Amino acid sequence: MSPAIQNQSSSFAMAIALLRRDLLLVYRRRSDSVTVLVFFSIVVSLFPLGVGADPTMLRLIGGGVVWVAALLSAMLSLPRLFSSDFADGTLEQLVLSPQPLALTVGIKCLAHWLATGIPLALMAPLLGLQFGLDSDALWVLSLGVLMGTPILSLIGAVGTALTLGLRGGNLLVALLVLPLNIPVLILGAGAVDAAQSGLGAGAHLSLLGALLIMTLIGAPFAAASALRISLD
Amino acid sequence: MQVNWFKYAAPANFFPLAGKIYPWFYVFAALLAVAGMYIGFFVAPTDFQQGEAYRIIFIHVPAAWMSMFLYLVMAFYASLGFIFNTRLSSMMARAIAPTGAMFTFLALWTGSMWGRPMWGAYWVWDARLTSELILFFLYIGFMALQAAIDDPRRGDKAGGVLALVGAINVPIIYFSVKWWNTLHQGSSINLTRAPSMASIMLWGMLLMALSFWMYSIAVILSRVQCVIAERERRAAWLQHIEPHTT
Repeated sequence: MSPAIQNQSSSFAMAIALLRRDLLLVYRRRSDSVTVLVFFSIVVSLFPLGVGADPTMLRLIGGGVVWVAALLSAMLSLPRLFSSDFADGTLEQLVLSPQPLALTVGIKCLAHWLATGIPLALMAPLLGLQFGLDSDALWVLSLGVLMGTPILSLIGAVGTALTLGLRGGNLLVALLVLPLNIPVLILGAGAVDAAQSGLGAGAHLSLLGALLIMTLIGAPFAAASALRISLD
Repeated sequence: MQVNWFKYAAPANFFPLAGKIYPWFYVFAALLAVAGMYIGFFVAPTDFQQGEAYRIIFIHVPAAWMSMFLYLVMAFYASLGFIFNTRLSSMMARAIAPTGAMFTFLALWTGSMWGRPMWGAYWVWDARLTSELILFFLYIGFMALQAAIDDPRRGDKAGGVLALVGAINVPIIYFSVKWWNTLHQGSSINLTRAPSMASIMLWGMLLMALSFWMYSIAVILSRVQCVIAERERRAAWLQHIEPHTT
């Protein structure tokens, strides 16, 4: 086997091993994932208490409320992406390993998405139901969260990597990442609105998909260089 | 003739240059501001639709221009510093951020002062207002990140990555906000002013924009001097120029 091919296959093997390890860690700390979901549903249920229980208004704001809550929940789970690996030195070894760091970051984001994004997407229609969204809108909501959460994980990875080990890091991550996530919110909540008003959510979801592809291409490299800076 | 393009990339050479030229930019800024204000307040006619209140655009529009322009300049310097590892570029980015944030705030503030008599509301969720607000958050994030990192070189590089990511995102944010805006509310309110602006008004605005530009240069140069002095306080060349700093 030529060295290049060997290198490629070892990268692949490393990626699989890292994904398995991260998912195993998530499985061992199940309560962390549950906490995110509980936070998600608590934030959503605060809104009717705050703005009143008028069904027509709730139907209007439902999509946006669930999306904002999903955004905040994904935000809340971001520290798990790197912080424990940073604390025990694993992250340093990953940075030093010969495999491309952007790939490592991408795999970690994939694991993060599998552990938080998919549960959020499964939970979202249930919460949308409480706001009286119809079934079309619920499908669009779920699909939108499914497509939007990887963007949140990837952009969040850049933010957490930049603030690794800083005091007040978590708050700072929110400050850095939330403005960058505004397009995801607009497109995701807009898709639900469009589905509800009968316009069809295709345009919004297509743009969300385009944003996902762009983020997939760019964010791992940005997060990788941010990690190198933080671990310098 | 051999020109050394990189001479002033060294803080030791740039520090005295900045100190020498920045007072001049203050002078230009003041002169242009006096001319612009004079045109704005005494020469430009009263707008037949908006009355006297429109005169705030002589501050508002140039401030909004500068806020966006300075973000680009800041991202440019931050990425230069990140890519070529030049210290001075990152220091410039650090010096630009507060001025950019100030102009963003000024644009938002004067905008709401103008909106109250014109629209009957201090704030509407117009696309431009919203994206200007997000720009303000981006500036604050950049400054907060740099303030949280104690090691100046790490702060420079982290700021470089953040400014680059932000600069790529700015158009996406702008268009998504614009699109969101047109979906959620009709274009009953838009910021286009009187159909055709009297050329004297345009002159006033351009003079004010130039004045703000000169002011930005002056204040950024004097701030970058402070940043250099803080970073290089133990360097021999600085002791030589300014013996009092230690």
